[in-house]
Amino acid sequence: MDLFEYQGKQYFARYDIPVSPGGVATTVEEAVAQADAAGYPVVIKAQVQVGGRGKAGGIKLATNAGEVRLHAGNILGMDIRGHVVHKVWVENASDIKKEYYASFTLDRGARKHLAMVSARGGVDIEQVAAQDPDAIVRRHIDPAAGMSHDDALQIVKDAHLDEEAQAGVADILVKLYRCYVEGDADLAEINPLILTPDGRVHALDAKVSLDRNAAFRHPEWSAFEGTESDDPREQMARERGLQYVGLDGNVGIIANGAGLAMSTLDVVNQVGGSPANFLDIGGGASAAVMANALELVNADPKVRAIFINIFGGITRGEEVANGIVTALGRVTISSPIVIRLDGTNAAEGRAILKNHESDRLMSRSTMVEAARAAVALARA
Amino acid sequence: MSIFVDETTRVVYQGLTGSAGRFYGLRNREYGTQVVAGTNPKRAGEDVEGIPVFATVGDARTATGANASCIFVPAPGVEGAVMEAAVAGIEFIVVITEGVPAKDEARFFNRLHHEFPMARLLGPNCPGIISPGKCNIGITAGEIATGGGPVGIVSRSGTLTYQALYELTQKGIGQTTCVGIGGDPVPGTNFIDCLEAFQRDPDTKAVMMIGEIGGSEEEKAADFIKHEMTKPVVAYIAGVTAPAGRKMGHAGAIIFGSSGTAGAKMDALRAAGAHVAINPTEAGDLMAQVVALL
Repeated sequence: MDLFEYQGKQYFARYDIPVSPGGVATTVEEAVAQADAAGYPVVIKAQVQVGGRGKAGGIKLATNAGEVRLHAGNILGMDIRGHVVHKVWVENASDIKKEYYASFTLDRGARKHLAMVSARGGVDIEQVAAQDPDAIVRRHIDPAAGMSHDDALQIVKDAHLDEEAQAGVADILVKLYRCYVEGDADLAEINPLILTPDGRVHALDAKVSLDRNAAFRHPEWSAFEGTESDDPREQMARERGLQYVGLDGNVGIIANGAGLAMSTLDVVNQVGGSPANFLDIGGGASAAVMANALELVNADPKVRAIFINIFGGITRGEEVANGIVTALGRVTISSPIVIRLDGTNAAEGRAILKNHESDRLMSRSTMVEAARAAVALARA
Repeated sequence: MSIFVDETTRVVYQGLTGSAGRFYGLRNREYGTQVVAGTNPKRAGEDVEGIPVFATVGDARTATGANASCIFVPAPGVEGAVMEAAVAGIEFIVVITEGVPAKDEARFFNRLHHEFPMARLLGPNCPGIISPGKCNIGITAGEIATGGGPVGIVSRSGTLTYQALYELTQKGIGQTTCVGIGGDPVPGTNFIDCLEAFQRDPDTKAVMMIGEIGGSEEEKAADFIKHEMTKPVVAYIAGVTAPAGRKMGHAGAIIFGSSGTAGAKMDALRAAGAHVAINPTEAGDLMAQVVALL
């Protein structure tokens, strides 16, 4: 679950990571009130989960309430690379002497946590990584041992941060590591982490992504739910507990298992089609889950044909077929459906489907044949 | 031969009294797996259709000689269950449970690595392991597998593991062992662990490897295949056309660069000499050609 900047800053504050005084606003008047509270000059920042918002005019400096009105009015409702701005973050503007970079994430290959710190933070950090990789210090942290304050200080020194910033940044690193581990973040990133002319350091931006698997021990995360996606199809899927990603094509996909669902997208593309979505209904295929999935895919107006791709492992083919037939009895589907059912007792399952076949419902015995049929129907 | 498990493996099911643990525990026993015990701290002394239930893994091991464990407990209890099994001296720990927090996985994997280097962890969030005709631990349907080799399978994806078994079985090609390593961020056993074991196993003559987009494990496996393996490998990477996920800050880009895409993984595997398929059916066809030439 990716947090917006304002949520990330609120999350940082829980772990005593210093951020600029500020607040979130959804209207121009709220923005003025937040600016008055934060103290002028202020920075008004569009809250969207997409890069390049500064270049798009989504970040503006304001020295008085009139300027806040002007800029907040322009930014709210702005479209930044397909993301509509519903909220702005208004914070006291900082004087910047230096911009650093700091993050914690998991290095899957090493199966350890990874700290990255650089004295050359800011918008060009990926360029720095590409052109001068040594400018970023990478240090593995053993998850069983953790990271001490001394470890943090060593990383900061190795990254050649300015002397006056070292103690403060080491302190922030320790807090950021706590936020990452105890806060169950997949990513905790500060870019830029700034040094002010008066020698203080604090986070000017916040990028936090939370591990959904840890939600059971974080009741405070409920405040972040339902704020992440603008795609109404994805909202609907979340409400139904389905793994769904909306795409731009016209072949609706329903498959069991993430790997098979991805594989289904591959095959549809390979035969010249274009998938409308990724949808994994998990193991098995009960009638209730199948009905839910069909309704979801059917609600997408772009869908012209639906491809159901099920591999019966533990769940036997006849159970899967009965689930599909029952689901079709419950919901009215506007697009033709192609089913590929394989695996345990697939023949029995196909026999059941055969009794229900029509030009609206057909069965194919392999993934590739089924994909071809679905793509042809979507074109018709 | 087979890797990691065989007909002598004696398995304790942590969570045998729960609905999933009971269902698959009994199913695994029916397949022929030596399911010797279950654990539940509140139900010691009871049994599940003849399988004795003990309070702890330690008690179960003492009484039954269990040397492997299969964990079905809910996600919040997985870290405790893994450590309990390791402390009891269990050497092969399979975690089927999905939804385990990444921080827990990272911690218990590294604790095992330091404190119990003899213990091998498989999972979490994996379908388990099957050496057809000998031992089936986890949720794979035994019917779709065929024993006798010569192919070893290692896969990151659950349903594609079944798909691979099924494709080979349909073609009359047997398997030595099929390992589902799971797609979680910190897999206890990874591709290289399995490739290494298959390379050593005399009965395994060829390996099918099924990967997914994301991470850099497949690229590392490619490197291993190139330098350490003499046996042929057929590979399929799911997600060639999957949409790029939302980018996680700059950290992901800094660590991985262009790796992680299906294209990069397939290129790396091809360069390592593997036979790379574009879908599971083609993977089966390629393996049939490889086996015909053995």
